[in-house]
Amino acid sequence: MDWRRSTIGAAIALPVIALLAFGMTRDPRDIPSPLPGRMAPDFVLASFTSPTGSTPARADSVHLAAMRGDVVVVNVWASWCLACRDEHPVLREIGRRYAGTDVHFLGVLYNDNVESGRRWISEMGGQSYPALEDPGARTAIDYGVYGVPETFFVGRDGRVAYKHTGPITEGVLIAKIEELRKAHPVAVAPADAAGGTAR
Amino acid sequence: MNNALGTSALRVALGMALAAIGLAVWGVRRRDEDFVRAAYAAVYANAVLISLAVAAMLTALLTHDFSVKYVAQVGSRATPTLYTIASLWGALEGSILFWGWVLSLYAAAVIYANRKRAGALVPYAAATLMGIAVFFGILLVGPASPFGLVSPIPADGPGPNPLLQNHPLMAVHPPLLYLGYVGMSVPFAFAIGAMLSGELEDDAWITFSRRWTIVAWGFLSAAIIAGMWWSYEVLGWGGYWAWDPVENASFMPWLTATAFLHSVMLQQRRGMLKLWNMCLVVSTFVLTILGTFLTRSGILSSVHAFTQGPIGYYFLGFIALVLLISLVLIAGQSGRLRASGSLDAAVSRESVFLLNNLLFAAFTFTVVLGTLFPLVAEALRGVKVSVGAPFFNRMTLPMGMALIFLAGVGPALPWKRATRAELRSQLMPPAIALVVVLALSLALGVREPYAVLTFAFAAFALVANGREFWSGTRARMRSHGEAAPIALARLIGGNRHRYGGYVAHIGIITVVMGIAASTTFKSENEATLKPGGSLVVRGITVRLDRVWGQEQQQRFVVGADVTLLEHGRAIGTLTPRQNFYPTSEQPVPTPSVRSRADADIYINLMAFDERGASATLRILIEPLVSWIWLGGLIVMFGAGIASWPTRRRAGAPADVRAPARAPRPSPAPHGASATATHAAPSTDLSGAD
Amino acid sequence: MIMRSMLALLIAALAPRPGVAQEPADAPPALSSARDSAIDRDTRALASQLRCPVCQGLSIEDSPSELSQQMRGLVRDQLRAGKSPDDVKRYFVSKYGEWILLSPPAHGVNTLIYALPLVALASGAALIAIVVRRWTRVANTEEDGAPRGRETSDEITRV
Repeated sequence: MDWRRSTIGAAIALPVIALLAFGMTRDPRDIPSPLPGRMAPDFVLASFTSPTGSTPARADSVHLAAMRGDVVVVNVWASWCLACRDEHPVLREIGRRYAGTDVHFLGVLYNDNVESGRRWISEMGGQSYPALEDPGARTAIDYGVYGVPETFFVGRDGRVAYKHTGPITEGVLIAKIEELRKAHPVAVAPADAAGGTAR
Repeated sequence: MNNALGTSALRVALGMALAAIGLAVWGVRRRDEDFVRAAYAAVYANAVLISLAVAAMLTALLTHDFSVKYVAQVGSRATPTLYTIASLWGALEGSILFWGWVLSLYAAAVIYANRKRAGALVPYAAATLMGIAVFFGILLVGPASPFGLVSPIPADGPGPNPLLQNHPLMAVHPPLLYLGYVGMSVPFAFAIGAMLSGELEDDAWITFSRRWTIVAWGFLSAAIIAGMWWSYEVLGWGGYWAWDPVENASFMPWLTATAFLHSVMLQQRRGMLKLWNMCLVVSTFVLTILGTFLTRSGILSSVHAFTQGPIGYYFLGFIALVLLISLVLIAGQSGRLRASGSLDAAVSRESVFLLNNLLFAAFTFTVVLGTLFPLVAEALRGVKVSVGAPFFNRMTLPMGMALIFLAGVGPALPWKRATRAELRSQLMPPAIALVVVLALSLALGVREPYAVLTFAFAAFALVANGREFWSGTRARMRSHGEAAPIALARLIGGNRHRYGGYVAHIGIITVVMGIAASTTFKSENEATLKPGGSLVVRGITVRLDRVWGQEQQQRFVVGADVTLLEHGRAIGTLTPRQNFYPTSEQPVPTPSVRSRADADIYINLMAFDERGASATLRILIEPLVSWIWLGGLIVMFGAGIASWPTRRRAGAPADVRAPARAPRPSPAPHGASATATHAAPSTDLSGAD
Repeated sequence: MIMRSMLALLIAALAPRPGVAQEPADAPPALSSARDSAIDRDTRALASQLRCPVCQGLSIEDSPSELSQQMRGLVRDQLRAGKSPDDVKRYFVSKYGEWILLSPPAHGVNTLIYALPLVALASGAALIAIVVRRWTRVANTEEDGAPRGRETSDEITRV
């Protein structure tokens, strides 16, 4: 047995093992999003519920850029999504708490039809914030959505501050909102800051 | 009862495996045959005990004994019987139990077949096999234990993963895969045994394990093809290979094993490549464990990934141990693995084998690199990247095509040295075929360079391999006066390795042709039809008859009845479906395929109107796909021929084979017996090729 | 000589090509123009290089999932609007990260994945060439001129 050569043999094995061990510490399903820090992609989407959850007489549309200066929470969901059921009570409750303040909640329906969406919302006890239709998933793709639920936090400066994948919890939701509320509003004309058809 | 029986059987089996190692090593050290025999008895006992555990598990599954942890996980009263049996290997713990079982059976069979051999090689090989068994045994009594009491006992279970209930191939692919994968432990064990015992000079470890290697290779080849077929019929995208990590996991050991099947001939004929062959055998085994690790550790996301858990760490530790021991042994013994012979000429079958090994090695390296690169990139740059089909196809297609070409050159060239005249006479007919097919393809308007070259090389290799049968049969007819069929049969029977190999070549070439045709000439169309509506694709009319829904034993099915018409005549009906399982958010689609020799018509139900008023169908026409599955059968057939035991006839060339099996004076110290039989076994080629 | 030409063939075949594109052998639908079929072809080629975010390693061209279909539609629309394939790729990378490309972009560390296999092949081929030359020189100086050659028909039929 040539032991000197043996140590060379052992040395070859080590980087491979180290790499695999490193791999054990990573989660391949967690894809980091490039969005945080960038301007939130703008959208104009039609709402298919009124704030009380019933069918509106006329479809309103929501324009994200019009909410510049306020904090916006964009939640992407679907009626066929099991995890969305877990987070909906939190969103409903916290959404109601912030209704009428400088924090807006928006729900974006993902790869689903409006009828199922409406039925789901009323089954889940309604919500105080608009549910928006996203035909062709163009907005979802714009936000790099690859699963539901996902929640995006847009700061007063219009930038995406944080993306949360998976069902959101009350703790995280409130913490992020308050953090963004403390930030100084961007110097914009009063009309823009107070405007927005979502009110 | 099942729990108790299973758990205790597995515990005692682990004990048996440990005992076997101790007894074998002690027996060799003390030159005591009794201990060695006792070790072998422990090997057999291990097999019996694990079989008992498997029987207990099967009983539990079939009687819906939900007090057993694994059954509560994958069993369900609604699941049809075939899939209940298949669920034995469908989830993590069951698959580990199945692996341990197949390993124990292989070990018992291999040791039984070699039980009379003297020397330290076989006992050390047994110890190695039991070492692997100990690892799986530890998993089975520990983190991957399928037995365990569930209390309170549930009334029913969730059933297996919906994707695993869709197709009968689920009952075929995993057993084949395990037979192939686990079978690769045998040559590995013999290689380690040879290095541990020092019995390296006479290549006995290769001779003893060669048949097993061919058998395992045959199963692995069939398993890969079956996996492709399952993926094609079940997953709904019309493809059969996506370079998914777990597909690569089965492919990498296949590549190194195939390289080994060729380079081992160089070692037996010319005494070359001894070190390389050791590396190949070890790599094959390590790659099988790596593959298992990749799918059970959760480090790469894959179609196949089982649930995560602490199992990954155990496998990592095992890989580390195996790699370290193997590399230390190989490096340490490298001085005794020097070539004892050499080449005669650069142009010969030998150099073709060298080239093909180079290509196989590069191919394997590329696949390993691509599969693990996402980890490397994340480690070095902190960024997640994907390495998918475009990368693998671009890098490996040229190598694959070169290998097909060589599969034609190899059989045509003689061993040792090829004269210019021989080159011309042997390579001319295949070369003519190559040019003809090349011209034909271009004339028919095929412009894709890879496709054109692949068909040309395939023709080249087919003619070259076919000629071997042709000229061999003709020579036999002349010299023995036999009729053609008998001559052919005797020809193959007299040299099973060689002709089995040629048959396997033909099988692989068939597979490659199927792949080339179905990727290049695929057509894809999507249409939303009303019942009665139709679409014409490549001369075939696809007519939607109706859309229906049906409640079934374990799921709700929505299907579309589709009739296919050609020249006005109905040629078949297809029923693509979407299956809704209570445990799954999204429906699991089942495409419907009509296979013909020339093309497959593949239809997927993409969407449907809830009242049955319309359905959106995706229609693929893929030429020559069935050639892939046919090629797989041919490969298996070839492996069967090559590994079929030869009957020894009195006074015949069989004498040449005798020395390897002659009982040696027992138990001789390592060196003596090896040198005494040194010369003979090198020419013993049990079916020279 | 054969070895050299086989090596040349290998090297020629290894020259990088764009991925294995599919020749649409079907005539495009009647309504489209020549430009549309070019766009279709470009869409297919580009879609084969983008990863389906909700599948396991499939491209959005191959995957029948809804998101893939929608992304394909977006790709086609962007190409029709005059964007170049690189622009489209850049758009998707800005939304999903480098992960969305099925072949890692060749810069920095990623070049390893393209270079290493070629290096391995080249060095292996060189090694074989050296070893073969050395071995055959040894064998040729050793041999005593005994004629060798192709196995006779006897040898074929024997063992």
